[in-house]
Amino acid sequence: MSSAVVPPDAVAAPALPDVLPPPRRRGRVGTFAYRHPTILAGGALLAVMLLIAVFAPVLHTVDPTALAPARRLRAPSGEYWFGTDMLGRDIYSRVMYGARVSLLVGFAVALLSSAIGMLIGLVSGYVRWTDAVIMRVMDGLMAIPGILLAIALMALTRGSVQNVIIAITVPQVPQVSRLVRGLVLSLREQPYVEAAVAAGTPGWKIILRHILPNTLAPLMVQATYICGSAMIIEAILSFIGAGTPPIIPSWGNIMAEGRALWQVKPYIVFFPAAFLSVTVLAVNLLGDGLRDALDPRAARRL
Amino acid sequence: MPPEAAAAALQASGVPLLNVVGLKKHFALHGGLLGLSTGKVHAVDGVSFTLRRGETLSVVGESGCGKSTVGKTILRLLDPTEGEIWLDGARIDTLPARQLRPLRRRVQVVFQDPFSSLNPRMRVRDILAEPVVNFGLAKSGSELDDRIAALMDKVHLPRDALRRYPHEFSGGQRQRIGIARALAPGADLIICDEAVSALDVSVKAQIVNLLAELQDELGLALLFISHDLAIVEHLTHRVGVMYLGKIVELTDRRTLFSRAHHPYTKALLSAVPVPDPLAKRDRIILRGDVPSPINPPSGCRFHTRCPFVFDRCRVEEPLLRPVGEAHLSACHLDASVAVQTERLLPHHA
Repeated sequence: MSSAVVPPDAVAAPALPDVLPPPRRRGRVGTFAYRHPTILAGGALLAVMLLIAVFAPVLHTVDPTALAPARRLRAPSGEYWFGTDMLGRDIYSRVMYGARVSLLVGFAVALLSSAIGMLIGLVSGYVRWTDAVIMRVMDGLMAIPGILLAIALMALTRGSVQNVIIAITVPQVPQVSRLVRGLVLSLREQPYVEAAVAAGTPGWKIILRHILPNTLAPLMVQATYICGSAMIIEAILSFIGAGTPPIIPSWGNIMAEGRALWQVKPYIVFFPAAFLSVTVLAVNLLGDGLRDALDPRAARRL
Repeated sequence: MPPEAAAAALQASGVPLLNVVGLKKHFALHGGLLGLSTGKVHAVDGVSFTLRRGETLSVVGESGCGKSTVGKTILRLLDPTEGEIWLDGARIDTLPARQLRPLRRRVQVVFQDPFSSLNPRMRVRDILAEPVVNFGLAKSGSELDDRIAALMDKVHLPRDALRRYPHEFSGGQRQRIGIARALAPGADLIICDEAVSALDVSVKAQIVNLLAELQDELGLALLFISHDLAIVEHLTHRVGVMYLGKIVELTDRRTLFSRAHHPYTKALLSAVPVPDPLAKRDRIILRGDVPSPINPPSGCRFHTRCPFVFDRCRVEEPLLRPVGEAHLSACHLDASVAVQTERLLPHHA
């Protein structure tokens, strides 16, 4: 009874202390990094790898192809940071220069297969009578495992970075064109496309203005995954001797050369493998982050 | 004769702006390993109507009755299977794809979904400029700007909205942008495909008023496709009721809402909510679902659900026939039978 009665001399409760921290103000870059930490982490790692590839000659390296039989199979030390291989070549220098091949192959394959795949996908999705023919050809290509197709293509040509890029691009094209075709098929039914048709917009303009820009976001995500897997396939091809010629150091062929001795001198395989893993991880993190950032459903939530 | 004079002459001679005769649209169904045709959907199965300049004709019916297909066929987004479509005395259903531009300029569309009907990656200005540029309606950049600004004024949107993207607008504002795009080429006929169905009630009223205002100002003909009789009652001159690909009743608004003849129309009318909890109503509740348009019922397509069905309905398809002044209905029930059924009807004022 008494607890419910307010005493006459009651005073107002003191104002509540401001328990909530004041809103933190972040800059635009800060907000972006906060929302998409994976893009930031992946992008930063990839940037480091890019810098290594670009500045390989000035990163305290020696000629990566210089032989020194007297100093072969040295363990990592102050002089040889990553040790030397069985021909006495400096593994540190080779790994730094090897970044060039891996990144070049990754980016070139991602760009080429996206561009070709997009073109094929747009035609196949928009010009309906071509669809059956193009897609059966793509099905045929997809029926062969990508790595086997790449090995077969490499067997037909000379080993060079350019041929490696082509051999890895070919098996990737069908996947991109399938993705783009699917997007085009759903986009062409969108009311805004029908409205554009009704507004007299010619077919090629509809593709360029209304369909293509809306396929770019998913395509960009796909391209990052292609970039990652292209680097791995390049390493596999080089590892089995069907890839980059041995004169050009690549992470794959450094590992291939260390293969015979990996139980006694594991560092020869370890260093290039670690760099390859970190780079592929960076690319995939970037891809995951982009997918989250560009997903229209996620975007609608914001 | 210049086109304007020709149009005026046609108008004077009583040729309607739009004349649809026996329109059919069937979609082939493909199935099986070889993708052989396994049947067809009779989406639109013999629809005829006319629409005059400055007039609104509403096409109402349940979802799946083919009303949107009628609109898309007139727009030539779909090619008709059979029938004729005449625009201002010129046949348009047989025009080859390359000669559609003059038609495109005169017949425009406003879609239902205000979110997917605008390209999310284009600014409002570019969305409105597209039809103007396509039809070469502006000779210079400043003329284009003037035209676009005038369009924004017509739909009562601020001109500084032109720099924005569609996602920055509400549903009603987006629908205004859609209407402005339809007005851009100076169309005579706008097909409103459920144009207000996705909007809130208050916004719906604003858009309906805007359409009515634009019709008065520009003399537009509207083909208003809707499932909502309550909205239709506010803006239409005439109404066509569709059921399973056919028009079952076609008359002016007043007659439809007071003296509907077809049992399906009566059922639809009795389903319109009345904002009076005490109102005494005798509702006609239709049982069952709309039959499949792949295999429509014999005779009258409505006989499977009609409360007044009799033997003739199952075998003989009723044709649209006059049942009053400017009042067509496709039902075997004659006037005397209709009187007998009067006790079952809603007392619609």
